[in-house]
Amino acid sequence: MTATTTATPYRSAQPVARDGFLRQLHGEWTKFRTVRGWVAGMLTACLVTVAVGLLGAAGNSISCAGPHGSSCHHTALTGPGGEEVRDGMTLVHRPLTGDGSITVRVTSLAGLYPPDGRVPADGDPTAGMVPGVQPWAKAGVIVKDGTKQGSAYAAVALTGSHGVRMQYDYTHDAAGTPGAVSASSPRWLRLTRAGDTLTGYDSADGTHWHTIGTAHLAGLPATVQAGLFSSSPEYLVTSKSLSGSSSNGGPSRATAVFDSVDLRGAAGARWTSDVIGGGGPADPGAAGLGYRQQGGTYTVTGSGDIAPVVPGRGSPAKTVESSLIGAFAGLVVVTVVATMFVTAEYRRGLIRTTLTASPRRGRVLAAKAVVIGAVSFATGLVAAAIAVPLVAAVEKGKGFPMHRTPFATDVRVVLGTAALFAVTAVLALALGTVLRRSAGAVTAVVVAIVLPYILAVAAVLPAGPSRWLTRLTPAAAFAVQQSVHQYAQVAAGYTPADGYFPLSPWAGLAVLCGYAAAVVAAAAVLLRRRDA
Amino acid sequence: MEATIEVSDLRKRFGSTAALDGMTFTVTPGRITGFVGPNGAGKSTTMRVILGLDSADEGTALIGGLRYQALRNPLSHVGSLLDAGALQPSRSARGHLLWLAHSQGLSARRVDEVVEYAGLGTAARRKAGGFSLGMRQRLGIAAALLGDPPVLIMDEPFNGMDPEGIVWMRGLLRSLAAEGRAVLVSSHLMSELQDTAQHLVVVGRGRVIADTSVADLIAAASGDRVTLRTTARAQAMTVLARAGAVVAATGSETLTVSGIDSQRVASLLGRADVPFSEIGAHRATLEEAYMELTRDAVEFQSGGTR
Repeated sequence: MTATTTATPYRSAQPVARDGFLRQLHGEWTKFRTVRGWVAGMLTACLVTVAVGLLGAAGNSISCAGPHGSSCHHTALTGPGGEEVRDGMTLVHRPLTGDGSITVRVTSLAGLYPPDGRVPADGDPTAGMVPGVQPWAKAGVIVKDGTKQGSAYAAVALTGSHGVRMQYDYTHDAAGTPGAVSASSPRWLRLTRAGDTLTGYDSADGTHWHTIGTAHLAGLPATVQAGLFSSSPEYLVTSKSLSGSSSNGGPSRATAVFDSVDLRGAAGARWTSDVIGGGGPADPGAAGLGYRQQGGTYTVTGSGDIAPVVPGRGSPAKTVESSLIGAFAGLVVVTVVATMFVTAEYRRGLIRTTLTASPRRGRVLAAKAVVIGAVSFATGLVAAAIAVPLVAAVEKGKGFPMHRTPFATDVRVVLGTAALFAVTAVLALALGTVLRRSAGAVTAVVVAIVLPYILAVAAVLPAGPSRWLTRLTPAAAFAVQQSVHQYAQVAAGYTPADGYFPLSPWAGLAVLCGYAAAVVAAAAVLLRRRDA
Repeated sequence: MEATIEVSDLRKRFGSTAALDGMTFTVTPGRITGFVGPNGAGKSTTMRVILGLDSADEGTALIGGLRYQALRNPLSHVGSLLDAGALQPSRSARGHLLWLAHSQGLSARRVDEVVEYAGLGTAARRKAGGFSLGMRQRLGIAAALLGDPPVLIMDEPFNGMDPEGIVWMRGLLRSLAAEGRAVLVSSHLMSELQDTAQHLVVVGRGRVIADTSVADLIAAASGDRVTLRTTARAQAMTVLARAGAVVAATGSETLTVSGIDSQRVASLLGRADVPFSEIGAHRATLEEAYMELTRDAVEFQSGGTR
């Protein structure tokens, strides 16, 4: 028998579909969802993220008593920008209608603080305090939208050790002339109002004025309170131990001496003094706060701070990111599934089937990355969207004060967590493609992302190395979960362990994206070059 | 698209070993082409190069005139079964076929068709990890037929199949070829391809040793030998050897004679009064023909070391 060469070639009865990237996506998605273990893995990642967050909340407890036996019940106060703020001072004021200005001369700024952070339960509130002015104690001139806490303001003030500053609406700060003052070298301060625009000046002699800055306080009413103020932030002692950190804080005081007070414009006749943020006249802690006038000299003693709240290790307040403390655990699970999504194919030789079905290898990698990225994004999104309100509810139930953040920040933290999951998954997938082994790829991703995060955030390492780790390693991406804001004009421990990352949220995520892009590129080259 | 596979002058080295050394052959539609050779002869490597999985150092492998990488929705052009064990154990057989189908724009209905065709039946819902090798081969066949391709490439499809499965596989391959498809089937055992392949490409050490029809191969190996059955073996051997023939005993009652034709054998034995019951031209088995061809090409003789 000889072979027939006249056979009619076979014609396929199957309609030939258009070849496209969407088909590869569809194929990879079907591949993912038909392995129950992988779907279960993503659900587990979700559960672990929420569960570790809940465990963290359940393991914490708070017992809190304020000075003089008052409870430290936290009433969130928000400023004009929606941030949580403190607003405490002694304000000596007169109403001012329309445009005007206020000018003073400061001849002295002194203070008292409790060196061990403790304050006596009753009696003299200054008992045990020693002389010393807090670096960010402030005294100067102010224009404020009424005496209600949290209202808009602009102020020019002398500080304990940061020279003259112009500040407004709690979060804004500009530096004026540096240096301290004394009777022999006083400082002149001036604040003018022209419509919504407030301009701050300082001067060494009352003749030559230097402009510090301007503030636009939109919606400032025609009649405001203008006058003198004095404030001094709480003195905080943070002690660290193996089991964590505890902090003691106590109120401090600042006393400033003003003269040459010159209030111009349509102002009221009488000075009124208010202790803003105090417990009222009945509060024993307010004893000694207020002002004295002798001729043209005004001595104003105040306590409290006019500043945004910056939560940290020392503060009991819970932030959005503290609800997401379990994200690292969920991320480990996502890493395992994402790696397996490709290494399982290498292990069984299934990669050959994949590449015969889709010979364009770059597209195969892209389709896999899109599928695992999208699935991980959804996992992170669901996990964060459950963890944030649930953990916060548990913390609230236990009496923890909650740090308030603008809604947009909460949304960014939740979406950012989802993005963190997605990009990490893509990185793990790409590394799995490069190494073709699960164990090595999973270990590498965990060591690169989760380990530096834990070392930095759990305060295993000192602040310096922690900052470098969270700047250079892919763990920088955890910055996307930071809801707290760092302010130069507020003294606090701004370390990763306090929740402060060296990079901005999106810059941190960009670092991870950079690593992922590099590994994806390497994976694409190797996948194309290697025999399958 | 012309349903042919044209392999020309493929060369590929792994280190100092030449896996492919000028491999050249053509697979035409409408028949089963057996691709045989001992283990390590380069069969699998050639198939991987045809499928675009491995790259050759030199030479080309074209399907209907195109490189595999140039095919769009390749499973509609070429169906292949390389390694039946290449499965995600925790994915069901149906799930495996479904992702393949979706990657080609094929429907779930087509999956059900090939499940039926390959005789997987209800097992399709089970996890592929629990499948016997025979069941995996059936799943591999289903995957290869998913796109209803005019070209089929199968590496050792009989491996691990029970006798019933082998009969099924032979019938299936024959009917696929009869439909006008080009079918390339590799095996390291010629016996598996006996009665299945119509054309053979015999390879050894990375190159083609014989590219021939099965009939021609057997004829060439048979030569002009005569098979004789007799109860008086010793007597017959003496008579025939005296007449100048080369005689070999191939069994207790059978002899193979070469050098003289069957008529002369009959007359010599008749004259010498040697009884015999059967006499005829010798027909070599495919296995014999193959052994003869590949004797030099077997790289790993039994007991040999590399």
